[in-house]
Parts: sequence; structure tokens; C-alpha cells
Amino acid sequence: MTRPLSAPLDVGFDYTRSLGPTLGRFLSDLRRRKVTGIRGSDGRVHVPPLEYDPVTAERLHEFVDVAATGVVRGWSWIPEPLEGQPLDRPFAWALIQLDGADTSLLHAVDAGSPEQMGTGARVRARWRGERVGAITDIECFELSDEPAEEPTEADDVTMVTTPVNLHYTHSASPTEDPFLRGLMEGRLIAQRCPSCEKVYFPPRPACPTDGVPTTDQVELADRGTITTFCVVNVPFLGQRIPPPYVSAYVLLDGADIPFLHLLLGVAPEDVRMGMRVEAVWKPREEWGPTMQNIDHFKPSGEPDAPFDSYSQHL
Amino acid sequence: MRPAAVVGTGQTHHAAKRLDVSMAGLCREAIDRAMADAGVDWSDIDAVVLGKAPDLFEGVMMPELFLADALGAVGKPLLRVHTAGSVGGSTGNVAASLVQSGVHDRVLAVAFEKQSESNAMWALSVPTPFTMPVHAGAGGYFAPHVRSYIRRASAPEHIGAMVAAKDRRNGARNPYAHLKQPDITVESVQASTMLWDPIRYDETCPSSDGACAVVISSHPTSGRAAWIRATALRTEPTTFAGRDQVNPQAGRDAARALWKQAGITDPLSEVDAAEIYVPFSWFEPMWLENLGFTDVGQGWKLTEAGETEIGGRLPVNPSGGVLSSNPIGASGLLRFAEAAMQVMGTAGDHQVDGARVALGHAYGGGSQFFAMWVVGSEKP
Repeated sequence: MTRPLSAPLDVGFDYTRSLGPTLGRFLSDLRRRKVTGIRGSDGRVHVPPLEYDPVTAERLHEFVDVAATGVVRGWSWIPEPLEGQPLDRPFAWALIQLDGADTSLLHAVDAGSPEQMGTGARVRARWRGERVGAITDIECFELSDEPAEEPTEADDVTMVTTPVNLHYTHSASPTEDPFLRGLMEGRLIAQRCPSCEKVYFPPRPACPTDGVPTTDQVELADRGTITTFCVVNVPFLGQRIPPPYVSAYVLLDGADIPFLHLLLGVAPEDVRMGMRVEAVWKPREEWGPTMQNIDHFKPSGEPDAPFDSYSQHL
Repeated sequence: MRPAAVVGTGQTHHAAKRLDVSMAGLCREAIDRAMADAGVDWSDIDAVVLGKAPDLFEGVMMPELFLADALGAVGKPLLRVHTAGSVGGSTGNVAASLVQSGVHDRVLAVAFEKQSESNAMWALSVPTPFTMPVHAGAGGYFAPHVRSYIRRASAPEHIGAMVAAKDRRNGARNPYAHLKQPDITVESVQASTMLWDPIRYDETCPSSDGACAVVISSHPTSGRAAWIRATALRTEPTTFAGRDQVNPQAGRDAARALWKQAGITDPLSEVDAAEIYVPFSWFEPMWLENLGFTDVGQGWKLTEAGETEIGGRLPVNPSGGVLSSNPIGASGLLRFAEAAMQVMGTAGDHQVDGARVALGHAYGGGSQFFAMWVVGSEKP
């Protein structure tokens, strides 16, 4: 069996965090080359500071200055750093108990090699030159008995931006695969449920109603009926088609479920439920395994389909 | 099943950006109010149930882990519920079931969303390879189905604007609402920008930061109680051949089960107030029909007659509803809490006089998750 088609799917967003009084104080102080903890109801000093006490659940208020030096309580060697990690060379993730703290902070230690690392090793913060009020203001920790750099002045921060970037490989299902390969040849391949005989386009591995595999291949023509639609006037982040555009449910002739596609060749105010449409394909040399081979649908000029012919597909 | 009641409710001041608090602080604002309302302390809480919408909305995987301290859940059972936009409602139902079953005596249900940390429209429109990138957020998803409703019910165009104007005016009576627009009119709604034709800007819910919490108990802890007379949850796939997107089977089934369990035979006569999940104005008449308050195709007539206003036969969303505040994950629990507030008589300026039986309703995904409860002032 050939491997199903796959394609990269990258999802990324710069999330903005409002910090509130506790985390705001912690990150503002990091900007000042200071580490601040908070005292819990049992007397323990938590670093990073907790907003709420793990014992009583009450809000905590008593900030405590701790040192930017401490001791490694546990560690794991990272021979091949990943995107977004603190260092681009091999390093240790370590639980570091700072002097004056009762809990451990997770951070990177730039130790050079695993032989240099050890539980109980003394470390100090290596401060970043340009600090913005983020945990990465500590570039990493380094093995040292010496004190860290002295604190300095800086303005408070109330927000922090945390970019998240996810890189997926999106694979087509075994059922989708022949459908996508059909599209590469300009063919529209659907599947019929052997039980209810409904024709699915795009095809499904199993009929959602009967739960049985859809086994019968059906080839459909590239024309159909608009069941319903909306006119997208609103711009938004990540949008691929400039608004305004008509996003329409197209019920191909012979299919039992409509799918969303783009409708052009008609003014948005003239689009009607029941309008008959046909596919406008991109030039053949641009075809790939995607529904985007159909650039859009346009009115076919046939009379509108009667409401009863598609009312059960709304 | 033993009786259970909502004994306290709390919510945040909802706003586009609550930059003054962290996610934990946002949750606690609602929790502290709910616990004060119920007159309970942390030692009285046996378990915590948290609801919130997709993790991509804030970019925090499993926020229930880092929120455990803030939720007072250390050393206690903590459950996370996730059923897309209906999650707040499902959270209320799960918490209720933990008390009704006798597993716990008092459960704290919390739901939140901090929409300002991200962009929900982006998160709902991630372009999947091999597909046509025509998706345009929740509005783009629901607008074609609204159009189908208008066609099927032969509803006049101004109904959507009537709902929007009513809910925003109601929101102006709710001190916690995000949008307060006492002077909004049907005409001003109709004059607002068309976003996803046929849905206009003023017929669309805002994007809010907010949280909601309720304390559910087997015994009253304060002078007030909203007794849970029935709960229902139903689900269906997003798409299948012949699916009714306007009047989904799962919603009809949930409503039928709900009324039966509550002993209600004529919902329109027996329910005094309804908090229904209406993120786009046209969903008021759609859900009135789906819930069985009217026959199919007749929902809009109840709206048009003004019967869903405060003072009407069935006040719908006296709080202002989702159209006035939409912290997505919390929106369902807000509906459930507002229903409880109505029968406890604590709804303040948006109180429906003499409300004794109220509905809380939520839906989510592509109209595929439904959660509802009926609360009453009388112990069953």
C-alpha cells in the first residue's frame, strides 16, 4: 500500500498574557535582574511565586527576595535542542532550588557536557542583556560558585507575549487518498454507504450514520446546486481569500451532502439558494491533491433547483 | 437520584480585555463571589469541575493543571470538561451529577475564557491541507444555516434585529455584562455592518474575557436554593447526509428528555424565564423551536410578538445573554447560573417577577453538543 498523501500544517500565534499582580511582580523583577518568590501559608517560599496557596487556596501576598544562585536538585541532558528551547547547543534541563527558596525552578543549565552536570551542583543565573520581563530574561544558568550580576532599575511589565508555533504533518486518510489523487486528474470521486446508500463527497472512511465502511466508489460531475451560503465581509487574521466573497454549500448532482466552496461570477446580492452552479477549474498545470484545483464555482445558467430538491440537505 | 441545588453563583465583570488579571485571577473573581453567595468556605468544597473551550483559544494546553491552586483543587478531585462552546453548560451538568449521584455533597463548577490572549476567529479557521480555505470563524459557519432557517420558516428579516436589540437592552440592566447598550434600536441594528450576510455586526456576540462559577450542594447552605429539576446532554456528528443543521436532532432529543425529567408538559406555559445560548441573534427563534417552546417554523412569531422580552410570556435572556457577554467557555455556565439566579430571586435589575422555573441552555461545536438544565425554587 502506498503512503497516504501528507502536507505540512503550521499553526502559530503570539499569545498575549495579562500577568496580574503576582506574576507581574515576578517578571518585572526578572527585568531588574532580581528573583522574587512568595511565602505560602506553611512558611515555604515558592519560586516562581504562586498566585494562590496550594494548602489554603487563599491569595498569597508576602513577596520574598531570593538569590539568583542556587543548587541543582535534579536534571536531564538534552543532546539535541529543539526549536524554542533556551539554548541551541546541548544543555541540561534542571530543577534549581535558588538560595532562599523552598521549591525548585525549572530552567536550562549551560553545562557543556553531561559529565559536568550533577545533582547538588552550584549554579548562578546568566542574565540576558536585553530584558523584557520574561522567564527568558534569565538566558540560562551556569555552573558557578560566584554570585550573579547585581540588580538594576527597570520599569514594571504587566503583559508578556508567548509565541506558540506548532508544525504538523497532516496526512490524508486511506479513504481521502484516492479522492485526492482523483482531484489531481480532475475527477470528483465520492463514496456510497452500502447500507443507507447515501453518497458522500468528500468521501468518509465510514458512514457517520451507519458506522460501516463506505466501499462503493462513485464518480460525480462537477456541477450541482447551492443549498445555502453566506457572504463573508469580515477580514480576519489568517484569511486566505480577500473579502467580500461568497462561501456556499454546493450539493453536487448525485451527492447526498453539500460541501463549502467559493462562489464567483455573480454579484453577492444575486446569489440564491437553489442556484445551479458548475466548477471552474484552475489551469491543469496548477493541479495538486486538493479541492483548490477547483478555483471556484460559477452559475451554470440553468434554472434554479426547486426548494424540495435540496431542502433535506440544509 | 438525590436532590441537588445551586446554592451560590458568581461571575466576573466581563470585558473585551481584562488585562488586570491572569487566567487564575479571572477564575477566582467568579469563584470568590460564588462561594460568598453560597456562604461556604474551601473546606466545604469536595470537588471542582472546570470547563473551557478549545486550548488553542489561549494556547495553554490543559490549563486545569496550572490552575489547580487557584481553583482550590489541591488534594481534591478536579475534572476538566470540554464540549466546545457548550462546555459551560456541560460543566454545570457534570457538577450536578456528582452531587445527585451521592458521590459528593458540594461541588464547585467553574468555567472561563480569556479571549483577549488570542483570536478565536483565527483559532477556528486554521486552514487544513487539501481543503478549500473558505472557513470564516463561527459566524461564517452559522450564517448559511441562519439563511436556511429564514427561508424554511418564512421569517421576516427584522426578527434578528429585534432579538439583538432586546438582548443588548437587557444587558444594560446587568452590572456584569460586557456590552451595555440601553439605547439600541431595531433600526440601529439593521443599520450596522453586514459581517457574514445574513448576520450583521450588532447581531453578533462580542469577544469577552470572563468567568462564571456555581456551587452545587445536596443541602442549602444559604437562605436560597435553585433546585435542579432536570439535566440533559446530547451529541451528534458535525456533518452527515441529511443532517438538519437548523433544527438538530440532538437538541430536540435533549429538550424532550429534559422536559420529561422535569415533569413539564407545556414548556411555554410552565417555564418562567429562559437563558438560551444565542451567539447570533437568529438563534433565538431557531432554539425556541428546537427546544419545543413553539412548533417548527413558529419561533420567530413569539419573538415578533415581544413575548421574549422581560415581562413577556417567556422572557429569553433577561441577563442580556451571549449577545451581551461571550467569554466562550463560560458562556454556557453563565446561562445556567443566570437561570438559577432567576429562581433564587437574585437577578437584580434583570429579575423576572415571580420566576419559579427557569431553563439554562448551551450549544457548541457545529450545533452538535447540547447541554441544558431546568431549575426551580421548589425542592423536588
